[in-house]
Amino acid sequence: MESHKNIQFSRAELARYDRHIIIPDFGMEAQQKLKAARVLVIGSGGLGSPLLLYLAAAGVGTIGIVEFDTVDDSNLQRQVLYGQEDVGRLKADAARARLQSLNPYIDIILHHTRLTSENALDIVRQYDVVADGTDNFPTRYLVNDACVLAGKTNVYASIFQFEGQVSVFNYTNSSGETGPNYRDLYPAPPPPGLVPSCAEGGVLGVLPGIIGSMQASEVIKVVTGVGEPLSGRLFIFDALQFETRIFKIRRRSDNPLNGDHPSIHQLIDYEFFCGLKEVKPVREISVEELLNWQTAGEQFQLIDVREPAEYESANIGALLIPLATVSEKQELISRDTRVVIHCKSGARSARAIRELEDRFGFNNLYNLTGGITEYLRLTESVAS
Amino acid sequence: MATVIIPTPLRKFTENNARLETDETTVKSALRSLSEKYPDLRRHLFDDSGNIRSFLNIFVGEDDIRDRNQGDTPLDSNTVLSIVPAIAGG
Repeated sequence: MESHKNIQFSRAELARYDRHIIIPDFGMEAQQKLKAARVLVIGSGGLGSPLLLYLAAAGVGTIGIVEFDTVDDSNLQRQVLYGQEDVGRLKADAARARLQSLNPYIDIILHHTRLTSENALDIVRQYDVVADGTDNFPTRYLVNDACVLAGKTNVYASIFQFEGQVSVFNYTNSSGETGPNYRDLYPAPPPPGLVPSCAEGGVLGVLPGIIGSMQASEVIKVVTGVGEPLSGRLFIFDALQFETRIFKIRRRSDNPLNGDHPSIHQLIDYEFFCGLKEVKPVREISVEELLNWQTAGEQFQLIDVREPAEYESANIGALLIPLATVSEKQELISRDTRVVIHCKSGARSARAIRELEDRFGFNNLYNLTGGITEYLRLTESVAS
Repeated sequence: MATVIIPTPLRKFTENNARLETDETTVKSALRSLSEKYPDLRRHLFDDSGNIRSFLNIFVGEDDIRDRNQGDTPLDSNTVLSIVPAIAGG
């Protein structure tokens, strides 16, 4: 964050922010921090509307908006950032016009794009704090992972029908301790189709107004350091019963991003992770066929994608390229002969094949069905 | 009797009951008995192997059962068990 100490205000800005500055626990310094801050709001829909309006009004100096969509009639029941005249316009353009008329002393940066695994880190790294107002599971995991990999706090909220959730993820406190993130709370996404979206299940129009305002309040607290952010806690609101509850959430040692043994070091395919992409079958080869190839002296390359320790304890003479390194070592993989890839039982090698096919266009890869386990089982039974 | 709080998305399976009482003494047995009473709820609470679905968070009081004793976390007459599903709307 740019140092707030040198931040100056014009007479007009001082008049505008007076009710903040006179709060004893807020004051000029918190207002300077707001003006120095760069906050990224992902999605300018139901949650994004109150978020953006309050962050702009509060004087956040630079607000980025990631939004690709256009304003639709069905948005206006809850997306109070837009008016009837905006229907058909790009949301990001309409949002900027509304926010600049609300506060001309701040900068609005538009990212007219869908957030993807390709662009997320570049965009997120340009900001100090991220607020997630997206509307689907793949993007929720994408925003979370990008924030954890880039070391940014993710102020999270989500809504459905009459229920809302708020938390602050990946927040590092003044003692340097980082709190839990979305994957600590939800290690795995729901299977496709089991949890409907707001487009399918509906949402009470005022709900994002309530929940998005709380999200804005948490963004302001994280930026200014005023108060105790909702880190390590999940807030839920049930508008039907008017019930609020707060639960404790903790970091988990098996979190694949920042647990004891991280396995995700870069952004992945989130549609695939959430089961929304059809899984392309990989070409398989049975152990019997492989043994036939070996006996017949056929030309092929054999690759093992397990970990070095597994290779040490038993191997079948393959070239060792652990799964996490297949992309960086893809040049070691032959393109002009057939390549058989194996792991312990066939799952990691199938992932390696998909990664190599999708990213580098390989078309000569075979997955050893049953992996080394099956290979050893068959060859040992033959030997005995 | 322990109380189970049903989240709004699942209330259509519990005849719109937001709170249900249970005599069961563990989290898993309480959820089992719920899904016997409301069979349509079962696939939302348990996966095909009979495990509590991983995208559901179950809290006993304010604690995640993953930080207690998972499905074997005991319930007493004052326990409030909350089912909190992942939602993604924005």
